[in-house]
Amino acid sequence: MSNGVGKVEYVSYLEHKGKYTGIMSWLTTMDHKRISLMYMYGVMTFFFVGVVLGLTMKVEHLTPGETIMKAQTYNGVFTVHGIIMIFMVVIPGLSAVFGNFFLPILIGGKDVSFPKLNLFSWYLYITGSILAVVSQFMKAGPPDSGWTFYAPYSSSTGTSVIMATTAAFILGFSSILTGLNFIVTVHRMRAPGMKFFNMPLFPWSLYATAWIQLLATPVIGITLVMLIAERLFKIGFFDPALGGDPILFQHLFWIYSHPAVYVMILPAMGAITEIIPTFCQKKIYGYKAIALSSLAIAGVGFLVWGHHMYTSGMSENARWFFSLLTFIVAVPSAIKVFNWILTMYKGSIDLKPPFLYALSFIFLFIIGGTTGLLLGSVATNVQVHDTAFVVAHFHYIIFGGMGFAFFAAIHYWLPKMYGRMYNIKIANIAAVINFIGFNILYFPQFVIGMQGMPRRYYDYPAEFQPAQIFSSIGGFILAFGLVMMVWNLVKGARSGEKAPDNPWGGSTLEWTLPSPPSLENFDEAPVIKENPYDYK
Amino acid sequence: MSNKNAHAVEHSGTDYMLLGKILVLLMFFTFATITITELDFGTLTLTVALLIAGVKSYFVIAYFMHLKHEGLLLKILVISVFILYILIVLITLIDYYYR
Ligand code: HEM
Repeated sequence: MSNGVGKVEYVSYLEHKGKYTGIMSWLTTMDHKRISLMYMYGVMTFFFVGVVLGLTMKVEHLTPGETIMKAQTYNGVFTVHGIIMIFMVVIPGLSAVFGNFFLPILIGGKDVSFPKLNLFSWYLYITGSILAVVSQFMKAGPPDSGWTFYAPYSSSTGTSVIMATTAAFILGFSSILTGLNFIVTVHRMRAPGMKFFNMPLFPWSLYATAWIQLLATPVIGITLVMLIAERLFKIGFFDPALGGDPILFQHLFWIYSHPAVYVMILPAMGAITEIIPTFCQKKIYGYKAIALSSLAIAGVGFLVWGHHMYTSGMSENARWFFSLLTFIVAVPSAIKVFNWILTMYKGSIDLKPPFLYALSFIFLFIIGGTTGLLLGSVATNVQVHDTAFVVAHFHYIIFGGMGFAFFAAIHYWLPKMYGRMYNIKIANIAAVINFIGFNILYFPQFVIGMQGMPRRYYDYPAEFQPAQIFSSIGGFILAFGLVMMVWNLVKGARSGEKAPDNPWGGSTLEWTLPSPPSLENFDEAPVIKENPYDYK
Repeated sequence: MSNKNAHAVEHSGTDYMLLGKILVLLMFFTFATITITELDFGTLTLTVALLIAGVKSYFVIAYFMHLKHEGLLLKILVISVFILYILIVLITLIDYYYR
């Protein structure tokens, strides 16, 4: 091990020999980079389970009435699809995978502050995930409340809601501990000379995200415990029949779940902010504005949860107040988009796969964001609430935004993580297929949503069939692109050409390290630049 | 910055007497929390309960969790969390009071 004195012989973290070998060396590792890979394998596996469930719903939508499943099965499938995608894929997605790998490196540190806690968080993640998947196979039947678990239905349905909520509770703890770890890491592990405003912008976004994870997640934890208590002991928190208030559940649920949207999107924006300057070979435009807008999004994002509840029977005053706040939160997001575009302006643009995904991200995120404004306004919201319009909106944000940012990030950092390169041409083709498939899949949902197609229904009037078929075809194009992308990445990581240390000409600290990095990242104290995006 | 201060506390030794007094104070407030449930403050019941909880948290965070000896940045961060919490409760109440 290096103690910072003298030159140390280079051994990559993948080849480093610790106390154990083989699988045990992974299951007991406290190296942030290996933990990151373990998260990635989990996230990608569950992502594909979620995609398969999504596709079965699209097959069901090929004809009105029953195609391949009954109504109750459909209820179970969209619930499980939602739980998997939200709690097991997008929330840990960028922060636990790329945050774990690159946060310490980008701030010049050797690891996160609490490596054991980091490994423990991963175990919580896996335990919660397994429980969520098992809940599908229980005798009582898969949970059918939607991923939102709205009471009083969730406190009275006979399906295995308790198991699913326990899973979400455990997954929440994993998220809280990761957040705590990252906050302390940013405060305590920065290399000498790395001040807050010398940090690259991915760490900034992770820092803002970590605060949300730490402060908001306990709210859902306690809410789910209250729900379980209501089911088991008939304590009337939410069920009006027991003297409870169902709208209280919605408040508590969204006090967490709206900020959780920013847990998903902020690190995604952070990754995009790393990628754009590299592929334009240009200093990021408006560094401080981007850094502070992450904090602003995290702060204001806490106060807008009520826009999910306009039609729930909330008071009129609360409705306009939440609507106002919702419009305010759009401002810092727009600041980021303008800064990305201005960074590209007159840059020497290189259309490599990470950049293609970053461009797709901006395009899809703008569509998701602007339709979000439509939903944020009370008058239009009441027209399209709980329709396919909402389904399209949130897929554009979470899949088009966070999902595509994840793909951008994996194409950007894979050469550093594995020391090998994937096939660029295949990656480019897959990126284009994914982009086209995505839009064919979800754009029609905006249209039929406006025409009145409700969400969470296995059936629909015959007039929606052409759009549904079109959308389902998009689903299969997308699935083909995803398989092609992952196959290319796996092949690249296993047997691709050896990647140089800095294949894209990046300027941040990870590109000063060998690919893949050594166990302790830096053998000598890194040189900290005044501006991390200095391309001269 | 904050590290240095934390070390200063360690070196100067922890003031157990002070911590003991705060413990007694906290027990008094816990007792008060239970007692006020018997009294009827009308619409102010929630406010009074939250105020007492707020004072208790202050003592725990400042003394038991050593925030008093930390740097300005951490103090600002913790205070911001409290402000955020108050905002969230107030905004929720907009719904309840006007429904
Ligand atoms: C090929 C990929 C995907 C397909 C085909 C797909 C399809 C669908 C469909 C058909 C629904 C149900 C719509 C309804 O009847 O209300 C749905 C719901 C949902 N999807 Fe996806 N989806 C995909 C990927 C994703 C991803 C990547 C995420 C998140 C990262 C996601 C998150 C959700 C959520 C949260 C719901 C709502 C579940 C609920 O209503 O409780 N989906 N999806």
